[in-house]
Amino acid sequence: MQNLIDVQNLSRAFGKTRAVDDVSLSVSGGEIYGLVGPDGAGKTTTMRLLCGVLRADLGQVTIAGFDVGNQPEQERERIGYLPQRFSLYGDLTVMENLHFFAGVRGLGRKEWLPRAREILTFVGLDEFADRRAEALSGGMRQKLGLAAVLIHRPQVLLLDEPTGGVDPVTRQAFWQLLFRLLREGVAVLISTPYMDEASRCNRLGFLNRGRLMVEGSPQRIEARLKDRILEVEGGPRVILERVARDDPDVEAAHAFGGRLRLRLSRAGSAEIQSRLEKAMIGEGGLVGRIGPSPPTIEDVFIELLEESDA
Amino acid sequence: MINNRLLSLVRKEFIQIVRDPRTLYFTFAIPVIQLFLLGYTATTDVRNVPLAVFDQDRGPAARRLIDAYLAADYFRVIRNVSSEAELRKLIDNGEALAGMVIPPDYGDKVAAGRTATVAFVLDGSDPNVASTSFAAAELIGQAHSSKLTVERLVRRGVLEAMQPSLEVRAQVWYNPDMVSAFFMVPALIGMILQLMTSMLTATAIVRERERGTIEQLIVTPLRSWELILGKIIPYVIIAFFDTLEILVVGTFWFDVPIRGSLTLLLALTGLFLVGSLGIGLFISTVARTQQEAMMLSWFTLLPTVFLSGFFFPLAAMPPVLRVISYVIPLRYYLIIIRSILLKGVGAGSLTTEIVALAIFGVVVMTAAALRFRKRLD
Repeated sequence: MQNLIDVQNLSRAFGKTRAVDDVSLSVSGGEIYGLVGPDGAGKTTTMRLLCGVLRADLGQVTIAGFDVGNQPEQERERIGYLPQRFSLYGDLTVMENLHFFAGVRGLGRKEWLPRAREILTFVGLDEFADRRAEALSGGMRQKLGLAAVLIHRPQVLLLDEPTGGVDPVTRQAFWQLLFRLLREGVAVLISTPYMDEASRCNRLGFLNRGRLMVEGSPQRIEARLKDRILEVEGGPRVILERVARDDPDVEAAHAFGGRLRLRLSRAGSAEIQSRLEKAMIGEGGLVGRIGPSPPTIEDVFIELLEESDA
Repeated sequence: MINNRLLSLVRKEFIQIVRDPRTLYFTFAIPVIQLFLLGYTATTDVRNVPLAVFDQDRGPAARRLIDAYLAADYFRVIRNVSSEAELRKLIDNGEALAGMVIPPDYGDKVAAGRTATVAFVLDGSDPNVASTSFAAAELIGQAHSSKLTVERLVRRGVLEAMQPSLEVRAQVWYNPDMVSAFFMVPALIGMILQLMTSMLTATAIVRERERGTIEQLIVTPLRSWELILGKIIPYVIIAFFDTLEILVVGTFWFDVPIRGSLTLLLALTGLFLVGSLGIGLFISTVARTQQEAMMLSWFTLLPTVFLSGFFFPLAAMPPVLRVISYVIPLRYYLIIIRSILLKGVGAGSLTTEIVALAIFGVVVMTAAALRFRKRLD
């Protein structure tokens, strides 16, 4: 499928700070690309640059064949942008909100109503059509927001942390909607702080301080730390952590749930494992289980963050 | 020009206005309340000035003098005092604003053909009242004096009853009773219109920015001018209804006449509104919160009101301020509305004002629109 989002060497600075620094990425139709990174990494700025809401210093953005800089109007017609601070008009009903967003997108009297009904059914809000937006729950508001940006059938969807503050069940429902959109050939760029959402994307891009550090499918990213993660169950954590950090082969140790995840500087082996276990017991700790664990995206991102901050 | 996008904006704005009863109340009730308040209280007519009389003569001649003063319908005797100290006390505590002292030999002097002196004391703390009272006291006194002189001469047989040698007939055009309401009501229309349109427009736009809804509008094909017009048009319509409302109340309650063309008045009001809306739009680009927007609207209005000739005549101002008044749109609108309502003139006599308003409107609107750019940066 063709590239619906094509970004080349995008850069934007605010004063001395380089918010987006030479970022290149592309997303094709039917694909969902996850933009992840710490707070202030530049995810929102990147999205704004893609919409044309912010002007880029350098680089080129092409959406569905239209250049953001030269053809902003056509480009905007094909984009649905759900900003982080998406606000609905609380004093308007669900239907009135949709009517407004449809009208502002140029949908005529005959087109908007059937389309609005269709979209409301799609997101599951049809029975709330006449409720005021301020009376909707958080999850319903997210759905209404999605409905509002889908009403003009965009080919590209830019979602800036759309599921913030929403319960897992609603998030799940939201993602089901996204997958249906993918089947219709829409290209989706989503920024998310949730790792479980990140792992459901086709591809991920890790942004830190405006630079794209790593890109690839979740599996490829996880593979970076293949065989390098050990997990320890036991206690007391203070002792286990100290021993682990003192070990020459351990790069980092982080608590995760009740367990300790260790990142090794090289592929793990039985020798390293037993050495650690002995040392831990020697210091007075109790080791329930120590063994390799498949690396997660979070492990990789922590590694990247620590590396770039060093 | 009127397209779907603009219509959607205007429709949404109206829905929000209607669903916000407090603002609606503010928009339609306040002007009428203000009209009543100012129409009745802000009169510069001075009447029924409380007068305390210290009549030490108590004779018929003194009585005639006092009656002459009362007949002018200007003073109202509130007390006949029996000492100067009492008179002073009444003026000090504000019960009386003027005091008349008639000496005990008044009647004797008048009968003997000599000059009698009468003293008048005025409370100067309100210069408006004091100056008019001063003038009234002198005039009434002089008229009475002339009458007495003629009587003396007739009594002596020097002449038969004589006609005064000079009679000045002053005719007040357009407002023969010099009713303050005729002066205030048109001015009030201008002031309220400017305040309402600038404040409502500014707060409406700033509210959108506060909520963050402007950002998602930027991504749509909505053009800047559509965004601006969409916000302004509902308030233009409301302003027109406000104008009609105030005119109706002014005409039917205060009997303010509409001698000129109502159509012309509404058309020129529209021109004035362009400037006010521009001010509101400009304020919206400067204010970051709704409260700031409201305060800025008031701050622009207050000097406007003082420098436009509303309360205080322009002729009485120092030249520096008079020059500044040339850039104040309300100044021109006041002339326009008073001329049309009270004098019934046509557009021909108002060309200067029309041009001035047009220039102001274009300049302010353009400046505001340029500031209100569509992109965030």
